[in-house]
Amino acid sequence: MSYIGNVLGGIKTLLTGMKVTGGYFFPSIINKKYIITREYPEEPAIVADRFKGEVVMWHNDDNEHRCTGCQACEIACPNGSIEIIWDRVLNEETGKKIKVIDQHIYHLGMCTMCNLCIQACPTNAIMWSTNFHNSTYDRSQLTKVLNKPGSKLMAGVEE
Amino acid sequence: MILTNTTNYFAELITYLSDKMGMGGQILGYVIVAAIYLAFFALAGLYLVYLERRVAAFFQLRLGPNRVGPHGLFQTLADALKLLTKELIGTDRKDNLLYHFAYYLVIIAALLSLSVVPFAGGIQAFDMNVGIFFISAVSSVGVLSIIIGGWGSNNKWSLLGGMRSGLQMISYELSSGLAILTIILLAGSLKMTDIVHQQEAGWFIWRGHIASLIAFFIFVVAGTAESNRTPFDLPEGEAELGAGYHSEYSGMGFAWFFLAEFINMFIISAVGVTLFFGGWLAPFGITDGLGMQWLWGLIWFFLKVGTFIFFMMWFRWTFPRLRIDQLLTLEWKYLLPIGLVNIVLMAILVYYNVIF
Repeated sequence: MSYIGNVLGGIKTLLTGMKVTGGYFFPSIINKKYIITREYPEEPAIVADRFKGEVVMWHNDDNEHRCTGCQACEIACPNGSIEIIWDRVLNEETGKKIKVIDQHIYHLGMCTMCNLCIQACPTNAIMWSTNFHNSTYDRSQLTKVLNKPGSKLMAGVEE
Repeated sequence: MILTNTTNYFAELITYLSDKMGMGGQILGYVIVAAIYLAFFALAGLYLVYLERRVAAFFQLRLGPNRVGPHGLFQTLADALKLLTKELIGTDRKDNLLYHFAYYLVIIAALLSLSVVPFAGGIQAFDMNVGIFFISAVSSVGVLSIIIGGWGSNNKWSLLGGMRSGLQMISYELSSGLAILTIILLAGSLKMTDIVHQQEAGWFIWRGHIASLIAFFIFVVAGTAESNRTPFDLPEGEAELGAGYHSEYSGMGFAWFFLAEFINMFIISAVGVTLFFGGWLAPFGITDGLGMQWLWGLIWFFLKVGTFIFFMMWFRWTFPRLRIDQLLTLEWKYLLPIGLVNIVLMAILVYYNVIF
């Protein structure tokens, strides 16, 4: 009797399996909302907030950034992806010379997204962007200047 | 008993042409019929591949090919174009004759079985009186092509795949043969059109009730195994054997094997539909009074075959692959004894006339 039991048990387990897969197939063919695939160029990609796309410098509406030019990020970077070109400028009010960045140069092509520069930054001037459209036809385009032209230091950052 | 009275359109065409142009016309007629079947072979194969990919995608909550043409309909055509332009790369010291003969043989086997399948009343290349026997005989040639391909490739994995295929197909041919015999007991004829016309009183799955149902289950399992599809795709067994018997084929050589696999699935489904579900007949005769009977026949036939194929795809994306000993246990300890008992049961049913 266990022979027939084996056959019937086998058929039952096969039907159980087919019920599971059918439970995926029929809803997904009727309603597109069950489909996991996202058709990326037409539909926006879902990117997690913590995704490390590239390093950017935050600017406010008045084109002011928070970078004091302390070069902590440049020192922290293990493979020299960051170079800061800076200058000393006389402050009219206090009469002291202070450091001002001219260009915060970031080589995306060398960056390994290790996060050390962002951890090292004392003023939270640089941060991660979730942008992943980073491919270019020429590697020279991967060298970016992070501070926008004409931008200056936000007041009150250095205190 | 014999209700066959339909004209065979292919035979009519050849007769007409040979009357008009003599010997040359007859040959032209044969060429035209062959071209129709070849075109059907290629198109049906390609679109079954497309269907398989789409169905598989929906089973896995994906979308599948949907970029080339509307709903990705031209995807497999594009793939075939790519394969046509590819170089045929074989192994060093392969058996040249057998290696190249294998994929011709697989097409020949598939086309020969296709030629006796009745698509609709009168749409059938040959309506021979041993039609169903011819299909089971010719489909065994497909095994030969796989073994030859595996042997000719000069690759141990291909050879293993080919040997496994031989083992599997020869085993399961028995069970499918027994299932077919069970239905032939009911039909009393080997002729495909006779089998279909017998079912005008009711499909065989209904008329033979319990015995037909068991025969149908056996046929589905054995048919899936014969077409080398998951859960019986040991000849390919990509986890163990690379791609099995067609590892060493590239370009169109590979494509013919691939298309033939899908055409074999179509043939198994067509035979199943003809034997159990009334071939081209409409369910309960709902379209019988209407005109264009051949067109309705085609529609019903392809609907039924499509459903059958869909179930085979459903099996593929549900069941895990069997181990070789499980495969043989299933055949020799379960399907074959059940099939033998079932054929006796059907004989008793037919003898005492307890069929519907």
